[in-house]
Amino acid sequence: MTTDVHQLDDGAWISVNDERRINVSDLWLLARHEVCDCEIADFLVEGFAEVGVDHPDIQAKVAGRCIACGTEAVTDWITVGRVIDPESGEFSAVDVASVHVPDKRHRLARPE
Amino acid sequence: MPTKVENWKSEIYGSEIREHLMEFAEEGWDAIPEDEHDAWFERFKWWGLYHQRKGQESYFMMRIGTPNGVLKPGQLEVVAEIADEYARGPVDNPEFGGAYCDWTTRQSIQLHWIKIEDVPEIFEKLEANDLGTQQACGDSWRNIVGCPVAGKDKHEHIDAWPVAEELHERFKGNDDFSNLPRKWKVAVTGCDQGCGQGDINDLAYEPATKEIDGEEQLGFNIRVGGGLSRKEPRFSRSIDVWVPPEQAADIGAGMSALFREYGDREDRFNARIKFLMDEWGPEKMREVLQEEFVDFELETAGENMRESYTYNAGGEEHGDHVGVHEQPDGNYYVGLDVLVGRMGVDDVSELAELADEYGSGEVRLTQRQNIIVTDVESDRLDEFLDEPLLETYSPDPHPFMRGSIACTGTEFCSLSIVETKNRQVRYARWLKDNVELPDGVEDFHIHLSGCTASCAQPQIADISLRGMKTRKDGEPVEALDIGLGGGLGENPQFADWVEMRVPADEVPGYIENLLATFEDERAEGQTFREFVAERDEEELQALAEAEETDYEDPYMHNTKMTWYPYAEEDDMGDSPAPTNGDGDPIAPADD
Repeated sequence: MTTDVHQLDDGAWISVNDERRINVSDLWLLARHEVCDCEIADFLVEGFAEVGVDHPDIQAKVAGRCIACGTEAVTDWITVGRVIDPESGEFSAVDVASVHVPDKRHRLARPE
Repeated sequence: MPTKVENWKSEIYGSEIREHLMEFAEEGWDAIPEDEHDAWFERFKWWGLYHQRKGQESYFMMRIGTPNGVLKPGQLEVVAEIADEYARGPVDNPEFGGAYCDWTTRQSIQLHWIKIEDVPEIFEKLEANDLGTQQACGDSWRNIVGCPVAGKDKHEHIDAWPVAEELHERFKGNDDFSNLPRKWKVAVTGCDQGCGQGDINDLAYEPATKEIDGEEQLGFNIRVGGGLSRKEPRFSRSIDVWVPPEQAADIGAGMSALFREYGDREDRFNARIKFLMDEWGPEKMREVLQEEFVDFELETAGENMRESYTYNAGGEEHGDHVGVHEQPDGNYYVGLDVLVGRMGVDDVSELAELADEYGSGEVRLTQRQNIIVTDVESDRLDEFLDEPLLETYSPDPHPFMRGSIACTGTEFCSLSIVETKNRQVRYARWLKDNVELPDGVEDFHIHLSGCTASCAQPQIADISLRGMKTRKDGEPVEALDIGLGGGLGENPQFADWVEMRVPADEVPGYIENLLATFEDERAEGQTFREFVAERDEEELQALAEAEETDYEDPYMHNTKMTWYPYAEEDDMGDSPAPTNGDGDPIAPADD
């Protein structure tokens, strides 16, 4: 089956196959990022600006702020989870407490 | 390319959603196909149902739209009965009990823990009493706001209540306007104090005089493009148009049709008309309105009354109608303070009885989350004021109680970063008990919004609080950004964000220190807003330090990670949701 991914409610959460999987309001650690000058950004997730797919990864551009230095930004693409089984659409979210590395590669969830 | 939400809307939207909603209600929560949840929940908003946040699946917030905040005689009792029977969750709120009503900043009513199975009975009861939820949320004409005492106010030049009613009648359930690119918020005011808050609405009607055929007439100037959300606050701007009251609805039709045709349906973050105003400017907005959306010649703007606006203007103001005020007919309206806009259901029921006994039975909701009992006869006024319920919902509250506004917060809302209502209750009580307000300061507004959606309208408060996170002793804790000096009036001003990421338990200490500095350094008679306005960013940051006090905050942990922040067992895994129509947990299907 295809995996249905989108952000809803003003980007408050990411839905994968019609189930709320990733929410705003957590702190994510970002490494090798362009958000700010902090080596590791301590980034409050305030909204999901875009969602996309880089098979099998589900990715998002995240709007928020580094709470260490105060810089507001929208990140490059961050992997937020992975479709484990394309047949069933089973999805596993990343551990938000891990260190995330934004990446520029992506494919949009919906074709342009 | 249209967004997913637009695609869902193009399939089914507006009035036709109702039959599907009723089918699902009849068959139960499980009948909503799992792979259609998001589409249906988006559509249900149009009928006033907003699916609660993660951990509370199968439960909805229900918003009842009461135009201009007017609840006609008997309607408050109906709302209390519905809340009592249908708006009870699995766990009580420690401040407000098991069932309660929220009065919102858009003069509407919100109930929580509504189950879809109960919707038909609720709709039947609401509609039998001339109440409804249609377009209370979703991409259409929302609840009309305005001066809450329209028709009963000595400051009034035009009775705006019939205009608000006409807009409500014409644009509710109207297929031509049922599917707009985004929400459409409208304010209508006929008084000269500015309490309709037109400056922060998509479309605003403000009282103005205009000479027509040698005769001075009363009507409305039109402003467009206000709104506070998403760190992109805008005040509405004049489009140099005046209309008489009888053309108010036609201008509304023209402006909302313009929005329907030209609003951005490809990016919901850019969809509100404030962004089209950014792009076009007021001259082009007027030009397109004239050429394409109205069939009469637009008059240029008339003489407005903004110079006399006192509402939330920072100086001598009337404090949002709280207190005892004489109506033009010799009766009185009594505005009661409802801390953070939430009342336990027994209190709502008792207030409905009191309104019936002492007044006409009518009550009105304000944009500062308070409630007004109207039409109290003068010879029964003192007796009414002696009622014990008015000790809790006072017509003469302490400024910290009267000035507090809070949004829904992480208790129920997906968007919020922090807990809000219960925290703001604790802030207000602590400030009242511990902090002296400088001489002469009788109104002091503190608005707490859980996120940038700005439902508590933080940018137009003396002290603006907005949900954030920070680390304290290495641990993530709930925090707030603090802004200063916002307000409305003739020259509205958004707050300056001064202190960022203050741990929530240090905010009361910050406010205490800030007000001490204000008292020490203010010029004689200077208002807080003036005090803030004359200082630059560096000076503002030097005004006060955040610090811990004996204030205790039980919500410092990540309340969003709980299924319900006040449950004894609050882990997501302990949630009973989703539940069936009886409130019993539905076991997950076997794979």
